[in-house]
Amino acid sequence: MHLRAADLACRRGGREVFAGVDFAVGAGEALAVTGRNGAGKSSLLRLVAGYIRPAGGRLWLDGGDPELSIAEQAHYLGHQDAVKPSLSVAENLRFWVAFLGGGASKVEDVLESIGLGGIAALPAAYLSAGQRRRLSIARLVAVKRPIWLLDEPASTLDAAGSDRLAGFMQSHLADGGLIVAATHGALGLNSIQELSLDRSDHIRAAQAHPAAEASS
Amino acid sequence: MNPLTALLLRDMRIAVRVGGSALIGVLFFVVVVTLTPFAVGPDLALLKRIGPAILWLGALLASLLALDRLFASDHEDGSLDLILTGRAPLELVIAAKGLAHWLTTAVPLIIAAPLIGLLLDVEAPAQSGLVLTLLVGTPALTFIGIIGAAIAVSLRRGGLLLAIIVLPLTVPVLIFGVAAANAAVTGPAPFGTPFTVLCALTLASVVVGPFAAAAALRLDIE
Amino acid sequence: MWISDLANPSRFLRAANLAIPWLGGATLIVFAFALYRAMLAPDDYQQGATVKIMFLHVPSAWLGMLAWGLMTIAALGTLVWRHPLADVAAKAAAPLGAAFTLLCLVTGSLWGRPEWGTYWVWDARLTSELILFLLYLAVLALWRTVEDPSRAARAVAILTIVGAIDLPIIKFSVDWWNTLHQGASVFRLGGSTIDPTILTPLLLKAAAFTLLFVTLLLAAMRNEILRRRVRTLRLLQASAAG
Repeated sequence: MHLRAADLACRRGGREVFAGVDFAVGAGEALAVTGRNGAGKSSLLRLVAGYIRPAGGRLWLDGGDPELSIAEQAHYLGHQDAVKPSLSVAENLRFWVAFLGGGASKVEDVLESIGLGGIAALPAAYLSAGQRRRLSIARLVAVKRPIWLLDEPASTLDAAGSDRLAGFMQSHLADGGLIVAATHGALGLNSIQELSLDRSDHIRAAQAHPAAEASS
Repeated sequence: MNPLTALLLRDMRIAVRVGGSALIGVLFFVVVVTLTPFAVGPDLALLKRIGPAILWLGALLASLLALDRLFASDHEDGSLDLILTGRAPLELVIAAKGLAHWLTTAVPLIIAAPLIGLLLDVEAPAQSGLVLTLLVGTPALTFIGIIGAAIAVSLRRGGLLLAIIVLPLTVPVLIFGVAAANAAVTGPAPFGTPFTVLCALTLASVVVGPFAAAAALRLDIE
Repeated sequence: MWISDLANPSRFLRAANLAIPWLGGATLIVFAFALYRAMLAPDDYQQGATVKIMFLHVPSAWLGMLAWGLMTIAALGTLVWRHPLADVAAKAAAPLGAAFTLLCLVTGSLWGRPEWGTYWVWDARLTSELILFLLYLAVLALWRTVEDPSRAARAVAILTIVGAIDLPIIKFSVDWWNTLHQGASVFRLGGSTIDPTILTPLLLKAAAFTLLFVTLLLAAMRNEILRRRVRTLRLLQASAAG
């Protein structure tokens, strides 16, 4: 499976956000999208997720399920956490598992693995920002989808949370998934491509950072 | 569990828990109906005549209140984005949300209507006609309303704009709903025509509403 | 086809700049002629000279509906074919349609005053026009509330199409409601059979109004295109500032 883009351009609110973007991400690979504020990292993710129509260029998925759109095979983790304060922690997760198409793991186990197991029955209104973020990330773990589109996933997370996230991302890649993540900082992954939106005209997927070769 | 069922249950659970918004709808309904005699005078004969109309207007306005939050709350916390990544067709998803709205807002109203009707001295045959027309007609109010809710989803002060958009479109429902309710007093013959049209309006809106709302949401999300 | 030729805003501006003075002139001429013929038309035996308000009332009703029809086609242009000038046309047509509908309501009201003794009566036609006017106001409100023009265009497009579907239903419902409640007396604004001496000025007036509508529409579209260029320039200015 490969997620590819050629000469992608994006317009929002009448303004051209970026143009001439190319990238290719394969199964087991991660792409980090970097750039200053306003460069269009979030817009690129939303475009891949199908919320924005490309103003030019092509985006396509080789492999994967031909019956489903990219969005239907992806998890989108945006700036907001989609947590309903009046539902309990477990009810929130259980809903997304049922709605997005079931998962292999049980809700309780997933909550344990993100450290929210003890407060599963607590109304989500009592959660801190970091805890809500973790609940949001739990969704990605509980429902199996090959593509992860992450927008600043580690924001509001502390060091322990970031480490846990890196672990989840690593397992996802090991399972053959692919990740596109917009980020300011390091994601803590072994091998990662970088796409910088700061450089105008003909931005290409730049260096890959080879580190310890992870065989998978 | 079916994704649509999950959504329906979630919406209903939230509606019941958040300040009991189902009960708030009924409360608003009661307040509006209670205000009417202060405006038109306590003449019971007059109130009896306009009773069904007042109840229908109250139901319309109370339905409108809850529509504002239908998509807006999901839009604000990012749930709408995720709902769009679901594999169920958006039109069915919206229909499920519409059904949740009707069950939590309109059904309590329909149950309360006969009791409120007593305040307006609505007589027994008119009461049952009233309940029947509300039962059949309030889904039309909901499903026309979701079009406005979808159009106004990302706007501040969306609630007022929603009302401006939705209310003129619901005029036919109001006309035939009240006509049927009034005709129930007279007998089955004059009741049949407006009631049938009311059924037709509801059926049409249940189909057109989700499609129009889905189109609006897809265009609106960015 | 010429519609796709005019899809380029600059080309449209050039064509509009050429066409508007001619259309404006034609409008004035047809209006003058129509007014002249209207003066000559005989008074109604029942209503006297006030029946001549019909020459304003009826065409403005037609134009109010024509404008919504145009907006609906433009809405399809925006949603289905993505014609670049479709939303410009829709945005330009909305206030014009609203104005014609308002003119219809006001002339209807003034016409009714001597005849019914009140400024308003809830007869079927006037009531339908009133609801149409409210829908126009909803559209205008939507145009103003959404900041991004292309998003506004899409939201308005959906409302316009839903409105177009609902308008016949509303008309039917209001007609039905009116017969239900009016019972004995039926107020008719149409007057008796249309005599040729009345029909010709009426059609002329309708033609004059239509020309006026087209002229104003093109001028409004031109303004809208220029307005959007200003907006784009301002956005560029902001982003260049860093």
